[in-house]
Amino acid sequence: MRKVHAPRFSQLCLFFVMLFLFMPLIVVAAYSFNSGHGMTWQGFSLQWYEELFTSSHDLWRAFWNSIIIALTSSLTATVIGSAAAIGLKWWSFKLSGYIKVATYLPMILPDVIIGISMLIFFSSINLPLGMFTIYAAHTTFNLPFTYLLVDSRLDEFDFSTIEAARDLGEDRKGAMLRVVVPSIMPGVLSGFLMAITMSIEDFVITFFVSGPGSATLPLYVYSSIRYGVSPVINALSLILILASMALAFIFRRFLKSFAASA
Amino acid sequence: MQGKGSAISIQHITKSFGSFKALDDVSLDIAPGEFFSLLGPSGCGKTTLLRIIAGFEEPDQGEVLFDGTSVLRLPPEKRPCNMVFQNFALFPHLSVRGNIAFPLKRKGLGKEEREERVDELIRFVELTGHDNKKPGQLSGGQKQRVAIARALACEPDVLLLDEPLSALDAKLRQSLLVELDEIHDKVGITFIYVTHDQGEALSVSDHMAIFNEGRLLQAGTPYEIYESPSTLFTASFIGEGNIFPCTALSSRWDEEDDEWIITVDVPALGRTLEVTDWGPVEDGRRLYFSIRPEKVRIVAGDVDLGPGCFHGIVDEPVYAGYQSKFYVKTDEGATIRVLKSHTTYLEEGPGIEWKDRVSVIWRPADGYLVKEEWHEET
Ligand SMILES: Nc1ncnc2c1ncn2[C@@H]1O[C@H](COP(=O)(O)OP(=O)(O)OP(=O)(O)O)[C@@H](O)[C@H]1O
Ligand SMILES: [Mg+2]
Repeated sequence: MRKVHAPRFSQLCLFFVMLFLFMPLIVVAAYSFNSGHGMTWQGFSLQWYEELFTSSHDLWRAFWNSIIIALTSSLTATVIGSAAAIGLKWWSFKLSGYIKVATYLPMILPDVIIGISMLIFFSSINLPLGMFTIYAAHTTFNLPFTYLLVDSRLDEFDFSTIEAARDLGEDRKGAMLRVVVPSIMPGVLSGFLMAITMSIEDFVITFFVSGPGSATLPLYVYSSIRYGVSPVINALSLILILASMALAFIFRRFLKSFAASA
Repeated sequence: MQGKGSAISIQHITKSFGSFKALDDVSLDIAPGEFFSLLGPSGCGKTTLLRIIAGFEEPDQGEVLFDGTSVLRLPPEKRPCNMVFQNFALFPHLSVRGNIAFPLKRKGLGKEEREERVDELIRFVELTGHDNKKPGQLSGGQKQRVAIARALACEPDVLLLDEPLSALDAKLRQSLLVELDEIHDKVGITFIYVTHDQGEALSVSDHMAIFNEGRLLQAGTPYEIYESPSTLFTASFIGEGNIFPCTALSSRWDEEDDEWIITVDVPALGRTLEVTDWGPVEDGRRLYFSIRPEKVRIVAGDVDLGPGCFHGIVDEPVYAGYQSKFYVKTDEGATIRVLKSHTTYLEEGPGIEWKDRVSVIWRPADGYLVKEEWHEET
């Protein structure tokens, strides 16, 4: 069969999209190896990597803050979101429709509004801003995603398999653990990973609810570029880009093998 | 793999969903090891009754006894019966092996023993070589066999089957039905088989029960149900019938054939007819007369076939492969359906075409009375 070429205009579009998408990343990656400080190329060096790993104490603190917040809030959001999805599918009651809509709210509201309303809320109940408030905020905005992914998984779930499990000798708990949980696992996992990503990258909401000493990585980066971009950030960026790519790749393989087995 | 099979007694079961009565005072007795069918149209409560037996639904009233002991207090997992679901309900995340092994994991069998049992079951339902497939990769018939193997894995006393063949094509249904019957013979446990296909029920059941709108209309052997339906619904639901309202005129005992002969007036046929029955019928009683189309003899031309012979013309022949169906319009203005098997062509001369004149007749012993009262407007 003759290969059909995409029209010229489409090719052009593709080219520019790729350019805008990847050029900045490539520039950042390249300049992380620059031996100079500014935007002119002064030769290859690993000095920024050295600085990153030896004398960037605040940066690492922010990094670990991010990781801790991401893991804890995603875990909480995944547990609550999955339970909510199962519960709302199982028992439909008068309010369940409203609850569903309410769950989507944090997803569609602008971050600024969520951020500021949380700030007002936390200060009105005299909760000191810090790691805990960030954790609470992240859990909240992650919930819709974990809920949604498990819920869509449940749409395909055949509820009569629960009865089959009961019929075959499992009690309620056994049926839940041996039938429901394995069936929704892919949804739970993708929800969890999505929540981690969203939590690590969030800036706006975190900005409002963070307190002294609780800066996350995005906040740290933002505050440090106000004094000029340090190439250390470039070095960190490249590491993060590579790490996320590796994670995404592993996750894809993992999901694929799960899908094949499902 | 011979099980024991429980006797099941269902007593006065009533079940409502809101104001809707899904089951109304149903009582049934099922003998141990029997192949018992529940037959009825869609929505008549068959699945509901099965779910009550399995423990997924609680009756409002009544009792379910297994070998004389009530099981109503037991949760589904504790009841000595297993179910093959209407949609199979296989576990999609588990392989064929995993599905069949599912109930065994619970029972504390050793791994080796378990594997052996699974292998045995896989061989039993002839799924060797498909062990590691997921339900999504199986055909309908294979899924059904996995569902049966899974349900048999815990060696239940009773197997409940909810229209397991309804999703399959006619050919496959036939062969799987035969397989089911063989499985029943091999395991020897009680089968309760739900279907809305009368052919299935008639061909495999030891006993069967007819349901309509939540009520049990008749229970008996397939022969009893087919040959002497007790209600108008059964008569028209099972097989085809020529059913006419009639009035009993007189009954007399026939010494020779050991049966009662009832003379009835059938206005629709414009005749009085004789029909046999097991007992006398009160004179003047309104009931229905019925004759099965396949029991009517049809002959081309105006021939006198004896007393009780009708003459008429063929209104509408319907060719159906191994047989033909004729709608015969009698000179009296009634329509009689006749089924004629094609093997008899050789014996009976020329074929019968549209608009041909024909003669039809049946034996009094082949007609039967349906003892349900009719009213003027029907
Ligand atoms: N959980 C329920 N809530 C309300 N109504 C129900 C429920 N389960 C069944 N019904 C009603 O009870 C009646 C009997 O249902 P059932 O499923 O027993 O029918 P069935 O004989 O199995 O029909 P089919 O041949 O179509 O499977 C139906 O009218 C159905 O709508
Ligand atoms: Mg049903």
